[in-house]
Amino acid sequence: MKIKKDIAVSDSGFLFNPVTGESFSVNNIGAAIIGYLKQGLSPKEIPAALVKDFEVTETMAERDVQDFMNMLMHFQLMEP
Amino acid sequence: MKKRKLTIAVSGLNAIDSPGPGLAVARGLLESGKIEAKMIGLAYESMEPGIFMHDIFHKTYQIPYPSAGTDMLKKRLLEIHEKEKIDLIIPNFDAELFSYIKLERELLEKGIHTFVPESDSFEERQKWNLPEFGKKHRLKVPRSKELMVFSDFYPASVDFGFPLVVKGKYYDAIVAYNAEQAQSAFNRISAKWGLPIIVQEFIHGQEFNVTGLGDGNGNAISIVPMRKLYITDKGKAWSGISIGDENIIKLTKKFIKSTRWRGGFELELMKNEKGEFFILEINPRLPAWVYLAVGCGQNIPEALALMAMGEKVEPFKNYDVGKMFVRYSWDMIVNLEEFQKISTFGEL
Repeated sequence: MKIKKDIAVSDSGFLFNPVTGESFSVNNIGAAIIGYLKQGLSPKEIPAALVKDFEVTETMAERDVQDFMNMLMHFQLMEP
Repeated sequence: MKKRKLTIAVSGLNAIDSPGPGLAVARGLLESGKIEAKMIGLAYESMEPGIFMHDIFHKTYQIPYPSAGTDMLKKRLLEIHEKEKIDLIIPNFDAELFSYIKLERELLEKGIHTFVPESDSFEERQKWNLPEFGKKHRLKVPRSKELMVFSDFYPASVDFGFPLVVKGKYYDAIVAYNAEQAQSAFNRISAKWGLPIIVQEFIHGQEFNVTGLGDGNGNAISIVPMRKLYITDKGKAWSGISIGDENIIKLTKKFIKSTRWRGGFELELMKNEKGEFFILEINPRLPAWVYLAVGCGQNIPEALALMAMGEKVEPFKNYDVGKMFVRYSWDMIVNLEEFQKISTFGEL
C-alpha cells in the first residue's frame, strides 16, 4: 500500500489531492510519514524511521503511524 | 497577431448572491488574445450590477423577460442591433435559451451570430426528461419524476425514499426530509417558477461541477472540472478549485459525443460512495464560475465566440489543476442619474 502518486505535499505539510480537490494540513510528523511513504518505505518500516529522526518511543511511533495510515485511507489518499 | 474586432452582447449581468454568468463571460472575452471585444450588456432589471460596470460593458440595454415571448425579444434585439451592430450574442440564462434557439436563423440573417445548443439536445436534457436522457445516452442519472399536482408526490416518495430533492423547472432545488417539507418546497418553487416540479432521488456523495464547450459534431473543445470549496446558503459556489479527475473528463467527453452538444454547458455531478458519477443536472449555458476555466488556461468564452463566428477552434489540450477562484462582493457607488437612465430609457 502506498500514497497515491499525484498527491502533492508542500514542505509546510499542506497536502492537495488533485483528483478530488480536497486539501489537508498535517503537522511535521504527518509530513514526515508522507515523506517516508513517497520515498517508498512501507508502513511497517516507518516507525523505526520516526524513532531515528524524532524524539519518540517505538511504541508511540507505531501507534501514531497506524492512526495516521487509517486517516490516509479514510480520505482515500492511499492506493494498493 | 491582429485581434478580431467583435461587438458581443451578453446577458446574465446579475452579479448577485446567485450570480448570472454574464460578467465572467465578459471578462474572458475582454482578456482574449484573439478578440478585441466591445461588450454590450443585456439586462432584465435595472439594478443588475453589470449595468453600472462601465469598464466592462460599453453599453447596456434592457430586454423583455422570456415570458413576453420570442417576437418581443426579437424586436428589441433588432432595435439594439440598429445602434450597436452586434456580431454575436451569448445568452447566459437557461430560461432565455429557447427563444435564442428559435431565433437563431433570423438573427443570423441580420448578421447576429449565436452558438447555442440544437433544439433537440436542449429539450432532451431538460430536468423533467432526465431519466429518458440517461437511458438514451447510457449516462447515470438519479431517478426523478415530474409532478403537475402534489398528490402525485406520494408514489414518488415511496419509490425514492427520504431525503429527496424538489426542483423547479429552471431554477431552485430544496432537499426535503419528509412529506411536509416536500409540500412546502413544491408550493414555494411552483409559485416562483411554475410547473412542472421535479422530484429527484437524493444521491449521497460528493458534488462536482464541470464546464465545457462542444462543437456540435461530438467533439469536446474544452472541459474543466471543479469542486466547490465554499457554498452559499443558496447552494452557489463562492469558491472552488480546478481538479484533474480523469473519470469526470471521460464522462464529459461521452456526454458531448453522445449528444453532439453545441455550445457551452455545465454538468452538475454527484460521486457516490462506490465512486460512480451521476449527472444531476445539465445546464445548457456557461456557469457563473466559468472565469476559473479562463484562469486555468481554457478561455471558453473566447473559443465559443470564435466558433460562433465560423472559425475553426482546436480543442484545448490541458489546464491548470489546483487553481482556485474566490468570489467577493463589492459595493459600487452609482449616481442616481445612471439609475434613472436605465430605469426610464432602458439603456445606459
